[in-house]
Amino acid sequence: MTYPVELKYVKSHEWVREDGDVVYIGITDYAQDALGDLVFVNLPEVGDEVTAGEAFADVESVKAVSDVFSPVTGVVLEINEELLDAPEQINQDPYGAWFIKVGQVQEHEDYLSAAEYEEHAQAEAEA
Amino acid sequence: MKLIFERGKAGRALSILPPLDVPECLPDVPGRKTVPHLPEVSENELSRHYTELAKQTYGVNDGFYPLGSCTMKYNPKVNEEAAALPGFAQIHPLQPEHTVQGALEALHTVEQELCEITGMDAMTFQPAAGAHGEFTGLLTIKAYLKSRGEEHRKKIIVPDSAHGTNPASAVMAGFTIVNIPSGADGCVDLESLRNAVGEDTAGLMLTNPNTLGLFDRNILEITRIVHEAGGLCYYDGANLNAVMGLARPGDMGFDVIHLNLHKTFSTPHGGGGPGSGPVGCKAFLREFLPGIRVNCKDGVFHMEHPERTLGSVKAFYGNFLVVVKALTYVLMLGREGIPEASSNAVLNANYMMRKLEDLYDMPYPDACMHEFVMSLERQKHENGVTAMDVAKSLQDYGIHPPTMYFPLIVHEALMVEPTETESKETLDAAIQAFREIFAHAAENPAEAAASPKTTPIGRPDEVQAARKPVLRYSWPD
Repeated sequence: MTYPVELKYVKSHEWVREDGDVVYIGITDYAQDALGDLVFVNLPEVGDEVTAGEAFADVESVKAVSDVFSPVTGVVLEINEELLDAPEQINQDPYGAWFIKVGQVQEHEDYLSAAEYEEHAQAEAEA
Repeated sequence: MKLIFERGKAGRALSILPPLDVPECLPDVPGRKTVPHLPEVSENELSRHYTELAKQTYGVNDGFYPLGSCTMKYNPKVNEEAAALPGFAQIHPLQPEHTVQGALEALHTVEQELCEITGMDAMTFQPAAGAHGEFTGLLTIKAYLKSRGEEHRKKIIVPDSAHGTNPASAVMAGFTIVNIPSGADGCVDLESLRNAVGEDTAGLMLTNPNTLGLFDRNILEITRIVHEAGGLCYYDGANLNAVMGLARPGDMGFDVIHLNLHKTFSTPHGGGGPGSGPVGCKAFLREFLPGIRVNCKDGVFHMEHPERTLGSVKAFYGNFLVVVKALTYVLMLGREGIPEASSNAVLNANYMMRKLEDLYDMPYPDACMHEFVMSLERQKHENGVTAMDVAKSLQDYGIHPPTMYFPLIVHEALMVEPTETESKETLDAAIQAFREIFAHAAENPAEAAASPKTTPIGRPDEVQAARKPVLRYSWPD
């Protein structure tokens, strides 16, 4: 499992990459591993509002469908359409496979550092 | 096996199909420009095709089928005899009432019997299966809320142990979902429920016993909290097989319920069944039910539409002949047999659980109801043996795998529901299989990962099948 130090994390297993006024959001290495091979992803539309702590997308593996939660409140500027046809990118490169790009960010969940998140993920794996 | 497309030869034919006796084309209707490329086989090849397909299936008639939450009980053949009676099988839905009094009486009787078992006051038989029943039940709640000017009540509360169909049905019916976590005991966490209810609460959807096979002891408090907030309580009848004739959802405080006749009431399951998911409700919701209901006045049966019916959710009376099978089952078992069936279902599940708990981890070790959930999480960490490996290994013992990876709140879950129709010998053989698999897998995880070895298909590539499904035959050029 890898957790790049330049990213921020939330307890619901999403990562955030801040880039000036906008943020990119995806799911962590731990999340993709726990979900298993993903076969389908549902993304919001450009212009949709997302709310910190609420689901904005869902991912489907052969086992189950799971919600993906937004770490921030804001407006979707762009979605990663490549994922719709190739959800396996999320398994192969979880930190490259961003889901959405969000602007007009108003607030965000409590962020964890890479080290803090790793501890949280480990505790969850052992629970 | 060979596909039907790979059998036969151009120009080969058989005489089963009668000659075409309708006009070959309608005037002014665009027709196909080319003749479709269909398989051309002899009767002999066709017969072998179907026999080979049949050999690849596995059903309750082949062996033990402990698929949790699906209640794969044996379906008595007498059900089929009753449903094949000409007075049921040879009638038309639009026949005048006075010519189908027997069929109407059957619908009237089954409604009374199932209302008695569930503690409801009225029932519609239109829904074709469980999730369709959920959708119908939620539309009934919606119609009721609308009639009271409470359309602002938009939220349906669903615990995290729920069947996935619950939130899906609620969203389809136009509600939004509030997910609440289960407590450490696997049941509804009352504090979370209290925090979740409010002026926007439309209702709660609950399975009791829940998907962990646990009966929620706080059920009266749960339904009271929801009612005091102004919401309604919906009972998902998927697990009714644990409590029929013993406890009634209506007495627990539920207002709407669906039944799965193809689970609890021994009608065929899967393979096109077809299913049947009747929706029952308390008297105050009766007027909103869809379809027709049968009333009896002076010994004569009449069909009526509920006064403020929400419309129709299926043509006519639902899957009528399936309902006849369920009625047969209820009448065959009777007042004594119905609770006895549930008691035996619970006994069988507890027997298997106790005989396996020294090897397999039981995350909720208390006495279970009709099913129990085990976890392979420890084995996965220790030697890489997964729930999938155990499930696949069972196939080599001629046993259908339990439900896997559900409920979602248990990792590496196997959910086992033996049902009441299995003998002690069958249960003992299955227990023996589970124990042998456990021992072998611990010694040789690679072998477990390579199972099953005796089935026509070993491990299909589920990921590839989902990502790149091949749904159409391509003829070689």
